[in-house]
Amino acid sequence: MTISASFKDGRLKLFLSGELDHHAAKLAMERIGREIDVNLPRDCEMDLDGLSFMDSSGIAVILGTYKRMNQIGGKFHVVEVKKQPMKVLNAAGVYRIVEIKEAG
Amino acid sequence: MKVVNYIKIEFPSKSNNEGFARSAIACFASQLDPTLDELGDIKTAVSEAVTNCIVHAYPDTLGKISLRSKIYEDNSIEVVIKDWGAGIDNIEQAKEPMFTTGGEERSGMGFTIMESFMDKLRVKSVPGRGTTVTLRRKISMRAGGR
Repeated sequence: MTISASFKDGRLKLFLSGELDHHAAKLAMERIGREIDVNLPRDCEMDLDGLSFMDSSGIAVILGTYKRMNQIGGKFHVVEVKKQPMKVLNAAGVYRIVEIKEAG
Repeated sequence: MKVVNYIKIEFPSKSNNEGFARSAIACFASQLDPTLDELGDIKTAVSEAVTNCIVHAYPDTLGKISLRSKIYEDNSIEVVIKDWGAGIDNIEQAKEPMFTTGGEERSGMGFTIMESFMDKLRVKSVPGRGTTVTLRRKISMRAGGR
């Protein structure tokens, strides 16, 4: 999986693409943590448009990012979530904690 | 029930084999002409089971994981994921949503996802000896048939 990030006017955008599983999750969380620590955004958006597969490891990454943003008093939401990742997030009821927008 | 086709794969518990395992099963399952959604469900469940072996069965060592799959004449697929690792003390507790012994990086949703994405989930485990997870899913026959 690959992650790219852009930061402008206090807003951090994270673009995740490829497959997010346990193998990818550790590096993903490190990269996301670094982006948040360096930029201290007041708003963070995670774009999953390029994510072709996600298992429950992705739930931990999303909740971990939410926690991190919460600690610095920032907002966090997830956008462009495709069908398969959406089903995984729904199984865990992640929408009760994090704002999630489906793709399309 | 009659077995139409089968495969058997063995690999070490390296995390870069997670992607290989779910893709291999998806490739085999494609013989049943599943929809993308059905294929996604199977891939997700297999990914959870294999990840469990890597994270929980062999936490500090590399061990052997066996992946077997059968296609039955009723258009169903069975996937059996077996390890010879730590085993599970309390299977009912392990199956509970949000329960994990894996720490911050894990969500505790593995068995919940396997259960809800497949038709059947069976877990057999002996602490210190290993775990066998059996997943089963029937693939809908599509109009026009094959």
